[in-house]
Amino acid sequence: MKLIRDTWLVYARQLGLVIRQPTWVFIMLIQPLYYLILFGPLLNGLEGMPGFEAGAMETFVPGLVIMMAMFGTLFSGFGLIAEIREGVIERFRVTPISRLALLLGRSLRDVTTLVFQALILVLLSSPIGGLTIYWDGLALMMLIVIGIGLALSAASYGVAIVLKSEDALAPLLNTVTQPVLLLSGIMLPMALAPDWLQTVAKFNPFAYAVDAARALFNGDLASNAIWQAAVFIGALMLLLVFWSARKFSRAAA
Amino acid sequence: MLIETKGLRKTFRARKGNVEAVRGVDLSVKEGEIFGFLGPNGAGKTTTLRMLSTLLEPTGGSARVAGADLLKEPAQVRRQIGYVGQSGGTWGEVTAREELVMQGRLYEMGKTAARERAVEVIEAFELSEFADRKVKTYSGGQRRRLDVALGTVHQPSLLFLDEPTTGLDPQARAHMWDEIKKLRERGTAVFITTHYLDEADALCDRLAIIDHGEIVTEGTPIELKRQIAGDIVLVGVNGAAAKAVALLEPAEYVREVQTDEPDPTGVTLLRLYVENGSAAVPEILRALDRAEVTISSMELHRPSLDDVFLRQTGRSLRESD
Ligand SMILES: Nc1ncnc2c1ncn2[C@@H]1O[C@H](COP(=O)(O)OP(=O)(O)OP(=O)(O)O)[C@@H](O)[C@H]1O
Ligand SMILES: [Mg+2]
Repeated sequence: MKLIRDTWLVYARQLGLVIRQPTWVFIMLIQPLYYLILFGPLLNGLEGMPGFEAGAMETFVPGLVIMMAMFGTLFSGFGLIAEIREGVIERFRVTPISRLALLLGRSLRDVTTLVFQALILVLLSSPIGGLTIYWDGLALMMLIVIGIGLALSAASYGVAIVLKSEDALAPLLNTVTQPVLLLSGIMLPMALAPDWLQTVAKFNPFAYAVDAARALFNGDLASNAIWQAAVFIGALMLLLVFWSARKFSRAAA
Repeated sequence: MLIETKGLRKTFRARKGNVEAVRGVDLSVKEGEIFGFLGPNGAGKTTTLRMLSTLLEPTGGSARVAGADLLKEPAQVRRQIGYVGQSGGTWGEVTAREELVMQGRLYEMGKTAARERAVEVIEAFELSEFADRKVKTYSGGQRRRLDVALGTVHQPSLLFLDEPTTGLDPQARAHMWDEIKKLRERGTAVFITTHYLDEADALCDRLAIIDHGEIVTEGTPIELKRQIAGDIVLVGVNGAAAKAVALLEPAEYVREVQTDEPDPTGVTLLRLYVENGSAAVPEILRALDRAEVTISSMELHRPSLDDVFLRQTGRSLRESD
């Protein structure tokens, strides 16, 4: 099928570029590692407190992985703006290639590097933070990571095509992501929050993702948070990919 | 007809007023010809090209390109055409060979076919010296050659080239002209924009001159030059320009007089379109002498495309470069 072939074509090219210059993949790992090494130990004293029943690292690392999923792909739009400026996107747009493939190929590349980074982070957390890894849960958690990665990378590309300028993209992303991050319970579980904050967090799909990641990480595969996260993240993903695909096919990039 | 447009228009909506970049262009391009689009900066050449290659939605008008309706069947148009943008479209981190193979793949070639085609194109455009280096290390001219080469990978029946020779040295330019002519031999029609008059003259079978978003004239280079039948006499007069014009305009051997702005030394250049240059020169001399107008220079020349442009727009293409 043409869409699959075209997507593969774009994906292979984009992934090839990353493999040729893999430095960025590792630089993006540095920030979560700082959190793991410099912030994680602060939580050890909270073990057993509300929200930390499963253990400090077992609570913190899943949140960290979700944070990585959110920030790892969110800035992909910057690369696209550079490609627009160089005329690469325009060159591709006059060919018969599927417009959706231009988006999907790039987003899937972002998700590939993201999964790779998330695995390294989890594996490193075991020796560094003394984390116990629960493999079945980890595999399912990667699906959530993939969903978030696709959603946010698509969003980033869509916004980049609309704004066409790095100067406008950076502040916009920050304004939107900071509250979403704070309301997701990544740093500290939302169980510690006052009622009104918990209510607000109920509208944040990423809060469900964090809860689900924690449940999966601790082998609690029956938790309600898991299907909730699947529904909310899945819906968000479809919505953002659809929106961005429309921008890709329309924009006079 | 490979291209036929009717009233093609594009208005850009900007914050400070709209820009009418293209104001109703009607043109037709035949199979297998090199069609030139000549005009100064900002005339609307790129905008027209981007509309015809499906990159930009026209504000109005309609067009058929390569047998398909531009507005209703853009996908079909894309399959038939190649497009090389004014500032190219290559990525610095990959090599020319990789870009060429990718281009073939974008046009639905198989892997092996795309690789073989890349080798052919590298040869044709003499890229082999740097084909396996990253594009970001190329000189401007090398990069431009790659841009044009990319447009030919899938052997389209119609190729749009937006200023393909800008930035090339004379030798590379001549070579590019040869390549473009070879494309025509293979049956590819080429729609080329340029500011270079010699390029339009030497390369194009037909051309249109565009200015301020409108086609001012259209035809073969010979037809266009014939519009200015006869010769042109350039007379520099010191002061008294109005007097000279009043004197010469009614003379039966002068068809038309155009006046430039006086230069800093006070000399005004009069451009006299005349039937027969050699016969007119002594008449002009005598007339101006009788009226005691000081002549500072006099020159007789055959019409060039620049004169066509000047006649149609009142401006020189060279000055606007
Ligand atoms: N996206 C845009 N928004 C607003 N105005 C635009 C846009 N693109 C082009 N224009 C304007 O439209 C006019 C025609 O531009 P165009 O690029 O078609 O000129 P051109 O003939 O290709 O010139 P050049 O020889 O310099 O390449 C110019 O006045 C230009 O400023
Ligand atoms: Mg242009």
